[in-house]
Parts: sequence; C-alpha cells; structure tokens
Amino acid sequence: MPSDVLSALPRRALLLGGLACAGSAAFLRGTTALAATTLLNVSYDPTRELYHGINAAFSENEKNSSGSSVTVRTSNGGSGAQARAVLEGAPADIVSLGLARDIDMLAQKGLVATDWQKRLPHNSTPFTSTIVFLVRKGNPKAIHDWADLVKDNVKVVTPNPKTSGGARWNYLAAWGWALHQTGGTEAAARAYIQALFQHVPVLDAGARGATNSFVQRDLGDVLIAWENEALLAAHELGPDRFDIVVPSLSVLAEPPVALVDHNARTHGTTAIAQHYLEFLYSSRAQDIAATHYFRPTDSAVARLHAGQFPKVKTFDIASLGGWAAVQKKHFAAGGIFDQIYTQHG
Amino acid sequence: MAEATLSLRNRTRDPLPGFRLALFSTLLWIGLIVALPLAALVLRPWQEGLSAMTTALHDGRMFAALRVSFLTAFLAALINVPVGLLLTWTLVRVRLPGRRIVDALIDLPFAIPTAVTGITLATLYGPQGWLGKPLAHLGISIAYSTAGIVVALMFVGLPFIVRSVEPVLRGLPPEQEEAAGLLGASSWQTVWRVVLPSLLPATVSGFGLAFARGIGEYGSVIFIAGNQPFRTEIAPLLVVVRLQEFDYAGATSIAFILLVASMLCLASVAMLRRRVARGLISGVN
Repeated sequence: MPSDVLSALPRRALLLGGLACAGSAAFLRGTTALAATTLLNVSYDPTRELYHGINAAFSENEKNSSGSSVTVRTSNGGSGAQARAVLEGAPADIVSLGLARDIDMLAQKGLVATDWQKRLPHNSTPFTSTIVFLVRKGNPKAIHDWADLVKDNVKVVTPNPKTSGGARWNYLAAWGWALHQTGGTEAAARAYIQALFQHVPVLDAGARGATNSFVQRDLGDVLIAWENEALLAAHELGPDRFDIVVPSLSVLAEPPVALVDHNARTHGTTAIAQHYLEFLYSSRAQDIAATHYFRPTDSAVARLHAGQFPKVKTFDIASLGGWAAVQKKHFAAGGIFDQIYTQHG
Repeated sequence: MAEATLSLRNRTRDPLPGFRLALFSTLLWIGLIVALPLAALVLRPWQEGLSAMTTALHDGRMFAALRVSFLTAFLAALINVPVGLLLTWTLVRVRLPGRRIVDALIDLPFAIPTAVTGITLATLYGPQGWLGKPLAHLGISIAYSTAGIVVALMFVGLPFIVRSVEPVLRGLPPEQEEAAGLLGASSWQTVWRVVLPSLLPATVSGFGLAFARGIGEYGSVIFIAGNQPFRTEIAPLLVVVRLQEFDYAGATSIAFILLVASMLCLASVAMLRRRVARGLISGVN
C-alpha cells in the first residue's frame, strides 16, 4: 500500500520533499553542533572577510588557553539594517557596526549600556579607517582633493547617506573639509555639499553597490570610499585599473563595537562576549585587521603595516559635535541632506 | 445525462476530505500569513498618533516618489500588454522549435532573486554595457533614469500578462479563427474581432497584476534607478529611507498609502474586468 502511494506521487514532489527533509535535517544538525558556546556578532557589510578571520583566531585562542570550544557566528548587512534587526530581537551578543549612532539606538532602547563607548579603549573602536578617493588609472580627471570633485565633467560615485551608514562618513568627510578651508563657514560647507551631490548621478543604496557601480560598470570618475574598500578594490580587483587618491583632509572613520548587555545576560555569555571584545584589541586580531586594510589602533602593529596605509590628516566626529548632533542636523528628515535635494528638486 | 447524475452525487459529498478541518486550516493560514501582517501594517502608522500620518501626507518628496512608482509601473504594464499578447499567441498557436524553452524562460522572472535581475539589467544598460554603450552613442540613456525603472518593471511584469492570457487562449478553439477566415474575414479582422475580445478580460487582469507588482517592486529597481530624490526615487525606497532614520511611523505611513492605492487599483481592475466580460457576453448574445 505505501509503495502505491509513493508511485502515485509525482516524482518531482518526492524530490522536493526529500530536499526539504535533507535541508531541515542539516539545519537541525547545524544548531545542535553549535550548542557548546556560541556568540553572535551582528556586523555591517564590509567586515565579512575580516571577522571570518578574527572569529577563527578567537576560537583557536580559546581552545589553546582554556580548552573551551567557542564558535562565533557573524551576520552581515547594512549597518542601520543590522541595528534594527537587533532592536527587533536578533539574538546578538556583540554588535560591530559602521557608526556609533546605530549602537546609540540600541542603548536608547536599553539593550546596550548607555556608557558603552567608554567601556573599551579608543571610543570602543578597535580599528579605524578613513575616507579616500578611488580614481581610474592615471587619474585622467586630475583629482587630488575635495575641490576637484565639483569641477565640470567630473562624475562622483557615492552611496545614499540616507540608506548607507558608510555614505554618512563620506558626506561628513566632505563637509568637514569644506568647513576647515580658510574662510570656511557653515554656509560655504552647505554650498559645497550641494554642488558635490549635483555631480553624483546615482545614489546607490549601499557602499558595496557603489563600489560595483564604479568598478564593474565603469560609472563615474571617482568613487568616494572607505579606505579598506578602496584598497581592496585597488589591490584585488585591478591593480592596473585604479589609483588611490588621498585628500588633504578626511574624517577618522570609527566603526565601533559593543556588548549587547541585555542579550548576553539572557544567553549567559556576558563574560565570554566581553573576552571576545577585548580580543579585538590583541595584536593577533589587530594584525588580521591590517591584512584586511583596516587601520590598527595598536601602535606596534600599526608600525608593522605602516607601508600599506598612506598618511592622512583627519578630524573625528566629536569635533563636529558627536553623532547625535550630526545625525539630527544632516541626516534626519528635513535635515541638510534633504534640503539640498529639495532646493533643486 | 450521465454527467448530470455524477455531478449531483458529488455535490452531496464534502468537496474535500474533512471539510471543517480544511476550512479551519485555510482560514488560520490566511490569517497568519496574509491578514495579520496586513493588519499590523494598517494599524502601525496610527500608534504614534495622527500627527505622524499627517506629517507624512505633507511630504512633497513622498508624492514625488509615489508619482514615479505609479507612472513607471503603469507604463511598464501598458507596454507589456501588446508584447505579452503577441508572445502568448505565438506560444499557443505556432509550433515553433524550442517553444518549451521559451515557455520556461517566461517564468524565470518569477524565480530569479529580484536583486540579481536589477544588477544584471544595470550592467547591461550601464554606460559600458552591451546595450548601454551603443545606446549612449545615440544619446539615449536607460540606466539611472526613469526609463531604467520601466525596463526593470517590464521584465518583472511580463509573466503576469502571459500567464493570465495563456489558459484562456488555449481554451479558445482554433476553429473559431478558422471559421472567421472561411466566412471571409481578413486575418486582421479575425484578430481584432474574434481573438482579442475573448482575451480582453484575462488581459485586464494580467495588466492589473503586473501594475500592482510594479508599484511595490524594490530589488530589481534600486540597482537601475538613479535613486535621486524627486526624480528617480521610488516609493518603496523611501520606505527603506524612513526605516533607516528609525522613523517607523513615517515608513509605515508610506507603506499604508501604497497598500491602499494598490488595493484600489486591483479593485478597479476587477471591476473593469467584470464589465468587459459582461459586455462580451451580451455582445455575443
């Protein structure tokens, strides 16, 4: 009788059913194997490869020092989207996001301690980056500084600061440069930003999308990018296709990390998660960061890798009043970014 | 006669084994999968009071985005109607070699991840793409303009037209067309007077589905639209923008307006379809 039933079913249905069973079995096995100690690091997009390396090193380190088996999983996505996922219940023990503002949102809802940025060295930022330009080989449009981006016939590629945390650093680097020019006033900076975005033909939703537009689709003359993305593109995608241009002044991009207190308490992982965060400052992790083109904060490791990072003069977000003020002034609904589009829209 | 008794006997039995159970699970499932999320969507904007909604309603940028979304979705669905009809007719009536492959290709837009579609189209129509480069020489740019959005929505919407019309055309006996020919109708007259009117109701629903899908489409569009506020920014992107601002009320307000507008569209398409179908029957009689 059962064989009758089986033969009556279409073969495709059997195949699909079998696949579904196999899939769920693999999923279940996956979760039981992770039962020892598992940490979830909810991170932003361009750190996929970086944390892959660091997590492996951390697991190995734990095995050697205390014999315990710890697995760290990382989830990647846009910084704001990841913050929202944690806000809505993603079981993150740790967050490592593109900008402090996104972790502030978690602190506001009580998931993270409000003094989170003071609990780890360097504003809870284990490694930093900065904003640079990626141009076509030989720099045909002669782009050397921010002022060159608003020359005639220059097309600039940068993602939308509304949807991309990374793009906010780009925007603020430009704003800060304009503000620091001789006679630089807020009005002048606003005029510069408005002119700059008139040279942006496409606002990609995320940083990787903008890199793709520039690198794969040959769109635009200059890509404003995080240094680690620019170095990655220049070294791995086409050393003969791109040059990196370092502007006279840029922003110190600080992607911070934090313990998600509320979740870690529930999971009983507070101690090990804290240990993981401290591991990010170890010379081992700092070295891995440098190989992924993030700037180490450990000065000894930084010296070892000094050759690959050009010298850049930077200002930090605190000098613009901190993220809360910056967010409200520039990126909130009706803020300066909205205004520059409304005026000529 | 035999058929009549058979159907009578069937009617006395439950249409499904365990009718109550089937009905219960259907209602539960529809409730969980469709009605509950929709209810949450409808209720969310009002949670922060009326002000969130009224602020949203005064947003010029939102209206610009809605205009872009509705206009491009309408255009794409409209262009897809003649193309889709022709394609369907060829598929059903002409014994082409490789017909099965074409048939399978038509369903592909249903299956491909929309972001993959968007990235592929953007590469194709981009300044260095196979189509984008020659078009740029002619002074036409598709990618990063409203034309790009229309192209993406045409790709996504085509199967809706074909799959709506196809079963009706298959059910239409070719003898009708042959009879029209024998009665002296030219091939144009046959198409215009015999084939198209019978396909009209199905075409209207196909158009409606493609249009509604186009209004809400996100993944395939954002890669090929320039995403410039007031010009090439679609309403679903503005929803994402609002979410990124942690402005849940603003995001759900736009979503709510999209929902209401789409439902109105679908309702008017259904009404139009019924009217067309009724006109058809009375016309035949």
